[in-house]
Amino acid sequence: MPVTPELLREVALTEDEYQRAVELLGREPNLVELGMIGALWSEHCGYKHSRPLLRRLPTSGPQVVQGPGENAGAVDLGDGLVVVLKIESHNHPSAVEPFQGAATGVGGIVRDIFAMGARPIALANSLRFGPLEESRQQYLFHGVVGGIGWYGNCLGIPTVAGDVFFLPEYRQNPLVNALCVGIAERHALIRARASGPGNLVVLVGADTGRDGIHGATFASVEDPERSHRGVVQVGNPFLEKLLLEACLEVLQTGAVVAMQDLGAAGLTSASAEIAARGGTGIELDVAAVPRRETGMTPYEVMLSESQERMLLVVRPEGLERVLEIFRHWELHAVVIGRVTDDGMLRVLDAGNPVAELPVRLLTEACPIYIRQASESDAIRTRRAFDPDTVPDLSVNEAPRALLVLLRSPNIASRRPIYRTYDHTILTNTVLPPGQGDAAVLRVKGHRFGIALKTDCNPRYCLLEPRLGAQHAVAEATRNVTCVGAEPLAITDCLNFGNPERPDVYYQLVQAIEGIAEACTVLGVPVVSGNVSLYNETEGRSIPPTPVIGVVGKLSDVSRHVGLGFAGEGKVFLLGPERATLGASEYLACLHGIVAGSPPDLDLELERRVQAMVREAIHRGIALAAHDCSEGGLLVALAESCIVGTIGGRFRVDELVAANGRLDRALFGEAGSRIIVQVAPGAEGVVLALAHAYGVPAFELGQTGGDRFIVDGIVDCLLDDLVAVWRDGLRRE
Amino acid sequence: MRFGIITFPGSNGDHDALMAVRLGLGQPAELVWHTETDLSNYDCIIIPGGFSYGDYLRAGAIARFAPVMQAVAREAEAGKPILGICNGFQILTEAQLLPGALLRNASLEFVCDWVWVRVEQTHTPWTSQLARGARLRLPIAHGEGRYFVDEKTLGELERAGQIVFRYVDAEGNATPEANPNGSIANIAGVCNGRGNVVGLMPHPERAFDRLIGGDDGLWILASVLAVGLEVVRGRGGN
Repeated sequence: MPVTPELLREVALTEDEYQRAVELLGREPNLVELGMIGALWSEHCGYKHSRPLLRRLPTSGPQVVQGPGENAGAVDLGDGLVVVLKIESHNHPSAVEPFQGAATGVGGIVRDIFAMGARPIALANSLRFGPLEESRQQYLFHGVVGGIGWYGNCLGIPTVAGDVFFLPEYRQNPLVNALCVGIAERHALIRARASGPGNLVVLVGADTGRDGIHGATFASVEDPERSHRGVVQVGNPFLEKLLLEACLEVLQTGAVVAMQDLGAAGLTSASAEIAARGGTGIELDVAAVPRRETGMTPYEVMLSESQERMLLVVRPEGLERVLEIFRHWELHAVVIGRVTDDGMLRVLDAGNPVAELPVRLLTEACPIYIRQASESDAIRTRRAFDPDTVPDLSVNEAPRALLVLLRSPNIASRRPIYRTYDHTILTNTVLPPGQGDAAVLRVKGHRFGIALKTDCNPRYCLLEPRLGAQHAVAEATRNVTCVGAEPLAITDCLNFGNPERPDVYYQLVQAIEGIAEACTVLGVPVVSGNVSLYNETEGRSIPPTPVIGVVGKLSDVSRHVGLGFAGEGKVFLLGPERATLGASEYLACLHGIVAGSPPDLDLELERRVQAMVREAIHRGIALAAHDCSEGGLLVALAESCIVGTIGGRFRVDELVAANGRLDRALFGEAGSRIIVQVAPGAEGVVLALAHAYGVPAFELGQTGGDRFIVDGIVDCLLDDLVAVWRDGLRRE
Repeated sequence: MRFGIITFPGSNGDHDALMAVRLGLGQPAELVWHTETDLSNYDCIIIPGGFSYGDYLRAGAIARFAPVMQAVAREAEAGKPILGICNGFQILTEAQLLPGALLRNASLEFVCDWVWVRVEQTHTPWTSQLARGARLRLPIAHGEGRYFVDEKTLGELERAGQIVFRYVDAEGNATPEANPNGSIANIAGVCNGRGNVVGLMPHPERAFDRLIGGDDGLWILASVLAVGLEVVRGRGGN
């Protein structure tokens, strides 16, 4: 077979990689084999740039039941239950076809969760777009939100949390990261490890079509626009619902040894991974695979990314029972192969061999690249910008600045999004989206509950990736803390540009280092995740975006608080007194400047602030808690008033004095800051608690009335703030 | 009182209905697969929400042909209490067991929220323990919930007392702002001529516990228990 540069480009292998494959194999691979190697050695499946770096992340802890390496991570909840979590990107498909791209992203992550034997109970998503004023961004935004809602709503899994950010750098490369959480009995968790030679390989779900061939390699090249829509898959949530129920039911039979979702690189990846984890081999016959179209080649069957399919390893004696359950759910399930003991992935077509590769060659021999890392001068220059060179805000301008920030798409109400997501189904949603800094869910029959949130400020990560990644971990855990939950585990989605470029590789190295540092100090392990590279178009990369998803546990789910002020009470700021304007929403919105150094982060202080707030909530002396993030102190106060539908009177003169500038005091940003409303009479307790934890505390004022008043600075009807905040995401 | 809850392929509110009846009411309930042809074991029937058959073609349009729907029609004819929630309401209108049709929301968007509804009729088994004019706070979650009938039928429904629930504001007024989907005359739920079959878009089965935002839905689910008592009495014995 002549191996041309065109052919290698099609399977996304370099000449060196091809030579490596030939060497390891001891012969030239045939076309089917070449396609299989290309898919599994893609960045998407092979993690060839990120794998060595990911070893830096802390992944263990007493609560960890399953760390990275399986379909999803799992963490102990007590009472014999575990929570299963995983986040995954679907950026490239969503850039080409936002509705289906986002929808199938949801479908894929849900399959990862029930492949573990867990029942999915909640979804979250982290989204990034270009400026919402632009019509193409509105198209992407509405398409993505529509696709997420359609798939999740139809499946009947509530979408309860997430985050969204708009920045010009995402214009050509929107980000769609979907997170799913499930609950399983600890003893019933299932791993995707093919074992027991002679056991049968069963494919169930959708028929296999030509959709999505080379999706994995597509996700590993720049500029998805240049590719065509044929590689984007189309979702069928109805079929997924049947697959979900049927797969959870077949697990009850005890006949299923392993289960693996078919995602990127389809049957090739699923069979290779399941065999690699089990240390076995697999023999498949593509002639047995039910097809959607006629005339498909073995190559196409092995690389199709048709959605809503699952691979199972079943003991022969239990096969009939398993097939019967699938028939009940009106699903197509067929035996397509068997587990072998020779460590080979052997593909037959009606009995004739078409491919035979060592499993380890596919999953372990993928080349690993350590690139040169160096920071771009342009970023260094932007970071060096001194925000003190912009004129300070005058007192007269402060109210308008507040309105501008509340209307900013990065701050405004998320209701136009979450109102289109079913967030009440499954009857577990205790704190729905918009009510708290994180979502709170109950687990029926148990006292405990869980909290869920995603975060990442891409402006911070752009200007200083290591610090920005630390902030992402700090903010996501802080948000979970603000509802009263103890952060249990992280699932991370690392979205970056082309790692072959030194400046991007630098961002990747630095961000992973930052996550590792923050996780270590805050005591939260990373149990699963996903890496999405090559998010760039025509040499313009996205900002580094290490999205952090956090699951927390409330020991008593009834002891949670929201972000809205609850009636009358005193309000305190906990955390550092000084903020910074560098990389702030204020600087971007009011001065059009994205520059400066992001706020410092003292991780030890962060840990203490969070521990203190959790204790205050648990003891019932905090009635509301809200993280101070984009927009700073005044925006956080306004949000807590708006959501609580109660005004307040606050004073900030001490903070203004300490910050030296009005804009920095009002709208500057800082890590480790939480505003809390204290139960009447408990003010002294809170101050004593702050003292004991070594947390700075400042009294800000008192809630009540229908006006939002900051002495000498703002005095307006709360409704005036509501009016601009409510519609910031609306562009009619 | 034994509740039968029908599961079509693609139903996703069946489990919530099961939990609401078991945990909220403490009554026995079972899921009934769509191929079942005999519902005589159940004292009342719930057709839950979801996306039966993916809502392909049109919400509820395929489910009406499921074998179980003949049994539902028989039980409706026999006067058994039947409640269709959300997709269940759509299925009942498609099956012509309830009047009217449910169109895409006026906003053309799926809407998930908590709304107020006002009880307009108390002669149905599902509202028998409520006062006329009572307000209930219930979740909605649908893309095709815009109730529609022609003007003539609307008048007939009004006169016959078949409009059971209306969307209202917190004060109980049926304003346009309180109407989440553009339903004609703010209609959230209707019943058949006899009153035993009720359909509504809001989800009473998702409001059975204050921890999850409210328990007003129990008023609807519990009302049928009074009818259950009569059924049992009617069977004789004590």
